[in-house]
Amino acid sequence: MTNAIRSWVKALSGSGLIGLALVVFWLLIAIIGPFLAPYDPGAFVAHDVFASFTGAHLLGSDYLGRDVLSRLLSGARYSVGLALAAALLASTAGIALALLTAVSPRWLDEGVSRFMDTLISIPSKIFSLVLVAVVGSSLPLLLLVASITYMPGSFRIARSLAVNLAQMDYVQVARCRGEGAAYIAIREILPNMIHPMLADFGLRFVFIVLLLSGLSFLGLGVQPPDADLGSLVRENISGLGEAAPAILMPAIAIATLTVGVNLLIDALPGRGRRMAGKE
Amino acid sequence: MQTHVEVRDLCVTAGAHTIVADVDFSIPRGGVLALIGESGSGKTTIAMALMGYARLGCRIAGGSVRVGDTDVLALDEDGLAALRGDRVSYIAQSAAASFNPSRRIMDQVVEPALIHGRMDRAAAEKKAVALFRSLALPYPDTIGERYPHQLSGGQLQRLMAAMALITGPELVILDEPTTALDVTTQIEVLRAFKQAVREQGATAVYVSHDLAVVAQMADAIVVLNKGRIRENGRAVQVLQQPEDEYTRTLMAAARPERAAVDAPKVTAAPLLEIKGMCASYGTTPILRDINLTIARGATLGVIGESGSGKSTLARVIAGMLPPSTGAISFDGARLPPSLSMRDKEQFRRIQLVFQNADTALNPAHCVGEIIGRPLAFYHGLKGPAAAKRVAELLDLIKLPASLADRPCGGLSGGQKQRINLARALAAKPDLIMCDEVTSALDTVVGAAILDLLAELKRELGLAYLFISHDIGTVRAIADDIMVLYAGTQVETGRRQGYDGVARHPYTDLLIGSVPELRSGWLEEQGTRPAPPVIGQPKDGADLCRFLPRCSWRICGTCEEFTPPRHVTPGGNIILCHRPEGASEGAS
Amino acid sequence: MAGPATRGLLATALPLIGKRIASGMLTLLLVSLVVFFIAQLLPGDAAQEMLGQAATADAVAALREKFGLDRPAPERYVRWLVGMVTGDPGYSLVANMAVSDVIAARLPNSLLLAALSALVSVPVALTIGILSAMHRDARLDRGLNVATLSMVALPEFLVATLAVLVFSVQLRWLPSIALIPPDASPWLILRSLAMPILTLSVIVIAQMARMTRAAIIQQLSQPYVEMALLKGIKPARVVLTHVLPNAIGPIVNAMALSLSYLLGGAIIVETIFNYPGLASLMVNAVTSRDMPLLQACAMIFCTAYLLLVLIADTVAILANPRLRNR
Repeated sequence: MTNAIRSWVKALSGSGLIGLALVVFWLLIAIIGPFLAPYDPGAFVAHDVFASFTGAHLLGSDYLGRDVLSRLLSGARYSVGLALAAALLASTAGIALALLTAVSPRWLDEGVSRFMDTLISIPSKIFSLVLVAVVGSSLPLLLLVASITYMPGSFRIARSLAVNLAQMDYVQVARCRGEGAAYIAIREILPNMIHPMLADFGLRFVFIVLLLSGLSFLGLGVQPPDADLGSLVRENISGLGEAAPAILMPAIAIATLTVGVNLLIDALPGRGRRMAGKE
Repeated sequence: MQTHVEVRDLCVTAGAHTIVADVDFSIPRGGVLALIGESGSGKTTIAMALMGYARLGCRIAGGSVRVGDTDVLALDEDGLAALRGDRVSYIAQSAAASFNPSRRIMDQVVEPALIHGRMDRAAAEKKAVALFRSLALPYPDTIGERYPHQLSGGQLQRLMAAMALITGPELVILDEPTTALDVTTQIEVLRAFKQAVREQGATAVYVSHDLAVVAQMADAIVVLNKGRIRENGRAVQVLQQPEDEYTRTLMAAARPERAAVDAPKVTAAPLLEIKGMCASYGTTPILRDINLTIARGATLGVIGESGSGKSTLARVIAGMLPPSTGAISFDGARLPPSLSMRDKEQFRRIQLVFQNADTALNPAHCVGEIIGRPLAFYHGLKGPAAAKRVAELLDLIKLPASLADRPCGGLSGGQKQRINLARALAAKPDLIMCDEVTSALDTVVGAAILDLLAELKRELGLAYLFISHDIGTVRAIADDIMVLYAGTQVETGRRQGYDGVARHPYTDLLIGSVPELRSGWLEEQGTRPAPPVIGQPKDGADLCRFLPRCSWRICGTCEEFTPPRHVTPGGNIILCHRPEGASEGAS
Repeated sequence: MAGPATRGLLATALPLIGKRIASGMLTLLLVSLVVFFIAQLLPGDAAQEMLGQAATADAVAALREKFGLDRPAPERYVRWLVGMVTGDPGYSLVANMAVSDVIAARLPNSLLLAALSALVSVPVALTIGILSAMHRDARLDRGLNVATLSMVALPEFLVATLAVLVFSVQLRWLPSIALIPPDASPWLILRSLAMPILTLSVIVIAQMARMTRAAIIQQLSQPYVEMALLKGIKPARVVLTHVLPNAIGPIVNAMALSLSYLLGGAIIVETIFNYPGLASLMVNAVTSRDMPLLQACAMIFCTAYLLLVLIADTVAILANPRLRNR
C-alpha cells in the first residue's frame, strides 16, 4: 500500500507535487493549526493596528491589534473543515442520486434530472445568496447551503458517468445474468465512477472554499466571534490603503489552498476532465 | 523495372519501445506492395513513415525512405507538407471519421489540389466529378454537395480515394481501406480502387490484415510481425509457397477449418424454438417474422451485415428486448418476454457472450471475481469451493489459474475473450449466444477461440447461437445457418444446403463476395448485372427487403407482392419469389 | 449552390431551436417556482419584517391584506409570476419604492461592466486557448496550463486587493472606487472601471481559455485532423479551417457559462469597488431580507444565464451540419 502511494507520488508532475504539498500542508494546519498559534486569536496583543511583519507578530497585526498568524491558523479550520464537509456531502448525495436514477424507471430519472437541471440554471452564488437570506448563516446552515448549491453539479456529472457506464457491455451481461438493480449500481457501476468523481470532488471543494470565503467576505458567511479566512479579509478591508499584511495574508492563504487542490487534481493520472473552472 | 520507393533500415520508436525495426523493402514504379500483419505488427506505422509522419508519442528513429529522388526523412516540415497529399497521398481506414464532419465533401476532396496549387477550383471540381464517376459513385455531379454524415461507409471510402487521387500522386497509401465495410460492399470498393490506381499509373502501398484481400490487390507482399519483416516476396510466391512459419500460421487462420464434430443427436424436443417473432426499437421495426429452432447440443449460425438485426435477435432471446409478437420457447416451456419476468434458472440456462471483451469485462473487477460471480449467484458457491471451480474453469479455457487475482485490464484480447467465455460457462448453461466473438480479434487468435468453442461443445454438449458477419467463420462452426437481411430471415437451412447453387439472391451475393486466397480472383468475378428494371414498388406492401439491390428481381412480381417461402433442392428455406433463388436454371 | 442549403437550414434548424426555446422557458418556469418557494421558507413575512416585533397583530394583518400576503401560496405565486412577466415584480419594502425602479437604476451599470469585461476577455481567452492547444504538452502549454489552473482558483477578493495595491496604492494610476459621476466622459468611465474589468477578466479568461483548449484538443485527436495533416495542410491552417468549425459548439458554450458569471458572479468585485451594479444590490437585499427585491434579482440572473445558454445552443446548432440538416 505504501509502495502504491510512493509510486503514485513519483508519477506526479512538478506542479502536481506542489499541489500535493499545499494540500497536505493545509490539511495539517486545519487539524493542528490552533495548537501552533503563538497567541490567543481573540486577544489584543499588538501595540499597533495593521502592523507589518515583525519578529513578535510574523504576519503582523489586524485592525484591532490581534495577531494575524494566530487568527489565520484558527480560521483555516473553518475554511478547510466546513468546505471539506460540504463537498463530501454534495458529492456523496450527487453520486447516490445519480446511481439511483441510473437504475430506476425512466419517469423517476427524468423527473429528478429535470429538477437538477433547474437548480443548475440558478448561478451558484445567486442560489446560495437566496438560501442564506432565508435560512441565515449559522455554521450547520452554511454547510447545508454550500452542499445544496453544489450538489446538482455533482449529480449531473455522476449521472452522465452512470448513464454511460450503464450502457457498457458488462452491465448488460449482469442484467442478462438476472442481477438486481442494487448489485448493478453498487458493484458494477460505482467502482468505475470513483476515479473521475474524485477529481470532481476536488473541484467541488475548491468551489465551496471560494463560495464560503466569498460569503464571509460579504458578511453573510461565518459570523463573529467565529472567523474563517474570508471573514479575516472582510474585517481588515480598511487596511487596504496601507497594504497591511492583515488583509493580504488571509487572501493569499485561501489562494494557496484552492490553487493547490486544482494543481493536484490536474496532475491526477488519467486526468479525464481538465475543465477545472468555476460554475 | 525502375525502383520508385525504397525503404532502408527503418526504425520507429515510441518512448523507450521500438515499434518498428530494421524494415527494408522497395517498390518498382507502378507496383503495388502489401504490408500485412496483425494488430501491433507496425504496418500502419510503416505506411505513415513513408510520408515522414509519426503519430503523437512516436518518432522515426532511423533509416531512410526515398520516394523517387526525394529523401523523405531529410525533409523539413514545409518540405513534408509539400510532399503529403500532393506526391504521396493517403487513404485511411475509417472514412467516416477521416472526413471533417462540418465541411462539404467537395470542399474536402479538392482541398489537396488547391493547397498544393495544382489547379484552380473549377478545374479541381471538374476532375473530382470525373473521379467520382470512375469510382462508380452514385450522383457524381451532386454528391460533393453533401456532408459526410449523409453518405454510407462504402461511398465515403470511395470519396476518400477521389480525394487521394485528385492531385495525381505518384504514390498512394491505402490503410485497411475496406476493413470497416460489409463484404458485399468491399468487393465493389476494391474493384474501384484497383482500377483507379491503375488508371493513374501510381505506385501503391496496401496495408491490410486480410490475406485474401491483399491477394487481389498486390504484386508483392511484406509480412510483418511485431515490427519486423517475416517474409518479403512476390504475391504469388508468398501466397502459394510461404517460406516463413508465421506466414503459414496466418494463412491457416485466414480460412478456419471445420473441426471434426459429431452431428448432434436430434432429439424430438428442440432446446430453443422461436415462432413468428417480430421486434422493434420504439416504432422502428428491427426483426420481422423470425422462425428458428436449435436442437440440444447443436449450433445455429446467424449471418448478416451490420444493421441486419443479428445482435437484436440475441438481445430478444436474452430478454433484454421484449418481442412485439411471437413466442420463444426454451426446453419446451414458454420463455417470458422480459428480464423482470424470468427466474434465475431461466437466466442461468441461456448465457450471452459479447463481441468486445474489452467492454464486456468490468475493469474494476479481477478475473476471479468475474468468473466467480455466476458461481455464487446461480450455484451458491463461495470461498474455497468457488476458488477451486474458478481454477477449473480457467483450466478449461486454457489459461493459468494464477490469472485469477489479476485485474483484467492488462490481459491480451484473446485472454479477455476466453475469460468472457469462462464467465458464461460458469453458469453451466444449455445455450450460449456468441455475438461476433472473434470479430475484434486478430485472425490467429480468433481461430484459436473458434477451436476452443468447438472443443467445449464436444465436451460439455453445449448448444450455440453463433452470430457473425463472416460466412467463413460461421461455416466453420455451425450445423445450421440462418441468413438475415434488413431484419428478415431470407434463408435458413443445414450448413451443407449452402453448398449448392440454388440459394437466396442475397446469400448468393454474400458468398460470392468473399475473396478467395489467390491472385486473380477479383478479375474472375464478373461485374454483377445491374438489377433489372421494375415498376414503382407498391406502397404499403410488405415487399422483399433485398429488392433494391437484387439482380434476380422479377418485374411485375417483386415490386407488387410479399415474397413467399420456398424450399430449395438443397433443403434450405428461402424467402423469395423464385423457387430456386439465384439459380440459373430457375428463370 | 447555397440556395437549397439555406432553405434546408431554416427548415431543419428552426424546429430544433424552437425546441431549445421551449425547454428554456420550461426551465425558467421551474426556476421561478424554486425561487418563490424557497422565499416562503422564511419565518415571518414582509409585513412582520416591516413593522417590527412591536407591531400589533391588527396592524400586521392589515398590511398583509394590503400586500396580498394573506392569500394562499399558489395564488401569491401566480400573482408574483404575472408581475414578473409584466415588468412589475413588486414593492421593495426596504427601499420603499417599486422593485422595478430600484433595478432600473442598477441594471445598466451591470450590463456595462459585463459587456466591457467580455470585450476584453473573449479575444484574450480564445488566443490563449488556441495557442495552448496547438502546442499541446510543449513548454508554452504547460506554463499556460499552470497559470490558468491557478487563476481559476483565485478568490476574486485577492485579485481585487492586489489590483488596488498595485494600481492605486503603489502606482496611483487608477481610482480604487468605481464611482461614475453622471456627466462623466467615456475616458473617465473607462478609468474608473479599469480595475473591476481587470479583476473580472482575470478570472473569466482563465476559465474560458481552459475550456477552449479542451474543446480544441478533443477535436485534435479525431482522425480527420490526422487526415488533414496527411493532405499536406500546415498545422496552423488545420486548426483554423478544420478544427475550429467543429469546436465552435463547445467553445461558445464555454463563453456563455463564463459570461453569465460576469453578471451574477460580479458580486464581490462590485462590493470591493463600491460599484452600483445589480449584484451588490442583491447582497443588500439579502442583508435586509428584502424578499421581493431578492427574488427579482435572482430571476434576472437566471434569465440572463438561460438566455446565454440558449444563444450558445443556437450557435452550436447552426455550426453543426449534423444537427441542422439530416
